[in-house]
Amino acid sequence: MNEFITTRDVHLYYGSKEALRGVNLDFPDKGVHALIGPSGCGKSTYLRCLNRMNDLIENVKITGSFKINGEDIYGPKTDTVELRKKVGMVFQQPNPFPFSIYENVTYGLKLSGIKDKQLLDERVEMSLKQAAVWDEVKDDLNKSALALSGGQQQRVCIARVLAVRPQVILLDEPTSALDPVSSNLIEDMLLTLKEQYTIIIVTHNMQQASRISDTTSFFLNGELIETNETKHIFLNPEKQETNDYLSGRFG
Amino acid sequence: MNTKLQNKIAITIIKAIAIMVVIILAFLIGRILLQGLPHISWHFLTSPSRAFTAGGGIGPQLFNSLYLLLLTLIISFPISLGAGIYLSEYAPKNGITTVIRMAIEVLSSLPSVVVGLFGFLLFVVQFKLGYSILSGAIALTFFNLPLLTRNIEESINSVSNLQREAGLALGMSKWRTVNKIILPEALPGIVTGIVLSAGRVFGEAAALIYTAGQSATNVNFSNWNPFSSTSPLNLMRPAETLAVHIWKINSEGIMPDATAVSAGASAVLIIAVLVFNLMARFLGNYLYKKMTSAETK
Repeated sequence: MNEFITTRDVHLYYGSKEALRGVNLDFPDKGVHALIGPSGCGKSTYLRCLNRMNDLIENVKITGSFKINGEDIYGPKTDTVELRKKVGMVFQQPNPFPFSIYENVTYGLKLSGIKDKQLLDERVEMSLKQAAVWDEVKDDLNKSALALSGGQQQRVCIARVLAVRPQVILLDEPTSALDPVSSNLIEDMLLTLKEQYTIIIVTHNMQQASRISDTTSFFLNGELIETNETKHIFLNPEKQETNDYLSGRFG
Repeated sequence: MNTKLQNKIAITIIKAIAIMVVIILAFLIGRILLQGLPHISWHFLTSPSRAFTAGGGIGPQLFNSLYLLLLTLIISFPISLGAGIYLSEYAPKNGITTVIRMAIEVLSSLPSVVVGLFGFLLFVVQFKLGYSILSGAIALTFFNLPLLTRNIEESINSVSNLQREAGLALGMSKWRTVNKIILPEALPGIVTGIVLSAGRVFGEAAALIYTAGQSATNVNFSNWNPFSSTSPLNLMRPAETLAVHIWKINSEGIMPDATAVSAGASAVLIIAVLVFNLMARFLGNYLYKKMTSAETK
């Protein structure tokens, strides 16, 4: 298998607390990849290593190797700004900027110097369509994004990430704060996006993982217990812990 | 005693205290306005003051107060904005920043008369700026900086961390995120803080007595060349402000209508400060609505 993202021997310490204990995990190009596990198992922490969001927290020490498309993202020459353009992220809480929908989606583009109004318009329409929110907002793109419902806000946030055309999209429990209808829309959207993007999603919702992901990785206490094709993990997990977690014995 | 009764007693006492505060305030403002408003006229607001005869106004003092306020804000806003951004976004938690924060606390609790005397020794005497608007503006900056810095720091801190993450995760640099996302969102709070501090600066007297001086020189309001000594814009002329004028009339005023002038000037001062406070609320709310509401821009 041609691996797009490879991580080796990843250790992460919050002060003296070891949150990741030697994780080796690879992801192929394209597709949806789910990270599951009980709260505090390190799955979100691992996800946030991939666009170096953990750099923002004080007293964090990260060791190990991270490569995306062969490039060491923790190398001395890595520009985190460039990295985050390639590796977009969607958060648990919808966090639109307090501007209009149009400005939200074009913000990243404008900052990278695109000024052509026609191109911006096209990108906005395309991104909002991809994010399955175009029909609901197309008539009031100048409305403040904060006036939308939580589910719509989250989809605008996804459109905002799509507009800068990243290669990888990280989603940190993107639907856990949303209603079931919005969650379904986002799941369907991810299934269509996986042809073009490498999508890594952290989720607490096992059904969600089984519905949309191609591969699933199970984390426990900062360690990667098992990773495999989703079908395989859910139908006949190889490790006892995975089986216990999936059958609801803990977590 | 049962808990319901306790609850009732507590609420009654708290309400009584709140009403008392309001009554005291209403009495003070009411008295000043009642005594002062009859003396306010266009003539009073625009004509120069007179030292020995009745019929003087507060024109130059009013202008000086506003001009000094403007200068103070021009000097102190950029400094406190920079300091506020640094403290909230960039400052690491270490000994140096703890000292900076403590210095700001101490500076904000300095009595204004001490700030005035310090300004007198350093700017008026040592730097030979004399009694001048510039000395006054610098002294007021000292007075204003800590409060404004704290206000800006708090406004920026109150912006949700999700916004910072959103900006950074979108591939914006830290500065862009602060500049384009955090600051616009903090803007309503910052504006409210500026206008409130303007009200405080406007009413300040003690820091100005020894810096901006106690004399309103005859300025010629048709001369707008800032380098001319009779121009109202001249930075180096002494400039008695409204608050200083009130203090001076009451301590050594010898004009026959001193009481009336003092009452009128006090009413003008109170009205100005009230306007600043109302403006702060209105502007803050307006900007907040503009940032968040569904209305189109």
